[in-house]
Amino acid sequence: MMELEPYNLEIKLLLDAIYEKYSYDFRGYAMTSMKRRLETARARFDLKSLSSLQELVLYDEKFFSELLQYLTVPTTEMFRDPTYFLALREEVFPILKTYPSIKIWVAGCSTGEEVYSLAILLREEELLDRSLIYATDINPLSLKKAEQGILKDDRYDEYEDNYRKSGGKHRLSDYMTSKYDSLLMDRSLKKNIVFADHSLATDQVFSEVQLVSCRNVLIYFERDLQNRALGLFYESLSRKGFLGLGMKESIRFSAYGKHFHDFSKSEKIFQRD
Amino acid sequence: MAPSINRSIDMVVVGCSAGGIEVLKRILSSLRTDFRPSLVIVQHISTGSAQSLSQFFASLCPLPVHEAEDQIPIENNKVYFAPAGYHLMVSDKKTFELSVEEPVRYSRPSINVLFETAADVYRDKLLGILLTGANDDGADGLRKIHLQQGVTIAQSPDEAEFAEMPNAAIRLHQPDFVLAIESVIRVLNDLK
Repeated sequence: MMELEPYNLEIKLLLDAIYEKYSYDFRGYAMTSMKRRLETARARFDLKSLSSLQELVLYDEKFFSELLQYLTVPTTEMFRDPTYFLALREEVFPILKTYPSIKIWVAGCSTGEEVYSLAILLREEELLDRSLIYATDINPLSLKKAEQGILKDDRYDEYEDNYRKSGGKHRLSDYMTSKYDSLLMDRSLKKNIVFADHSLATDQVFSEVQLVSCRNVLIYFERDLQNRALGLFYESLSRKGFLGLGMKESIRFSAYGKHFHDFSKSEKIFQRD
Repeated sequence: MAPSINRSIDMVVVGCSAGGIEVLKRILSSLRTDFRPSLVIVQHISTGSAQSLSQFFASLCPLPVHEAEDQIPIENNKVYFAPAGYHLMVSDKKTFELSVEEPVRYSRPSINVLFETAADVYRDKLLGILLTGANDDGADGLRKIHLQQGVTIAQSPDEAEFAEMPNAAIRLHQPDFVLAIESVIRVLNDLK
């Protein structure tokens, strides 16, 4: 049975090594879920200990690229929590319409499902042409997949259902083409999306935006890192700009909580002062 | 005749699936108001359920009933439910952590995830209870609680509306007790 103290030290040393060598900063992540991901990686690579992971991290860059896929959480889906997208469409977009140009930041975009969902929503509300969506993540493989816009087709029915519940005006299939066992997002949706590498742990504000959508990312951070991220969102947002979080996330405990008020309370959409 | 647990228990974790609501109604309505440990529950539930479990059970239970939130400290004498669609974990700082990682045994929230993380933190001060359900989520978790020196209880498969869940646990390890719900309630109210 593992004693916890040396084990916790192993984790700290591993995350320090990753930061020193690759500049990915996982040191401020929520540790219980991080430990579970590290254990999953250790078991998959058939290694005896996290110290073995550290050795490979230091000497094998290709190994690190594979390990990275275990450290970030790619789980995502199109129109996840349809009521959130419906609230964006019906309550937030009418206000965004009043801006001459709209900038949106999807922070932690993973493989792009949420970004394309937003693009579809904007297209249907005739806002896409004057919008620019920044889609950022730290995982280069996820960004690459997002940029390609290729989704697996095994969840199509669920996505179509989500799309309809989000107030979809047409058919989800109108926005993609089927190719083997994949769905290829329509190229016209990509014109207004910029995919870029950006870390909420180490990078700075890069643009002023009117909407930040960062859903189920903050739950993987400890409080300090959550605060840092919320600080970036606060600094990036225009006055009265919007912040959308995941269904069970909150800003209540953050120092920045006082700078946001509830806009759509049940959908976790906040408005900045 | 119900057994009693002599050691000090700081947290009770409960897992249930199909048939769980009825059992939880009986248990939660019968708890003594000065029940000391924290009580954390994963009831398998699909997202989109209109009323949260915590709201539903708050009116039935003499203890405060809350939905477990990310980063909040876990307090004694309170009941917490895992939110629909999220895994619930116990951190070594005795706060909750949420995640939306892949379902475990097709379940999110997963009983295994709660039980395993609670076992690492509370060890021999943890009581794990696995109730009725139609899948095997929780069997590994209950065994982990046992391996970390905690106390384990499975609902009697003869009494459980869906016996698969307690049976899966019993196949993996011999729980300290296999009990009918009436006895589970007495054990809980006897905790020091």
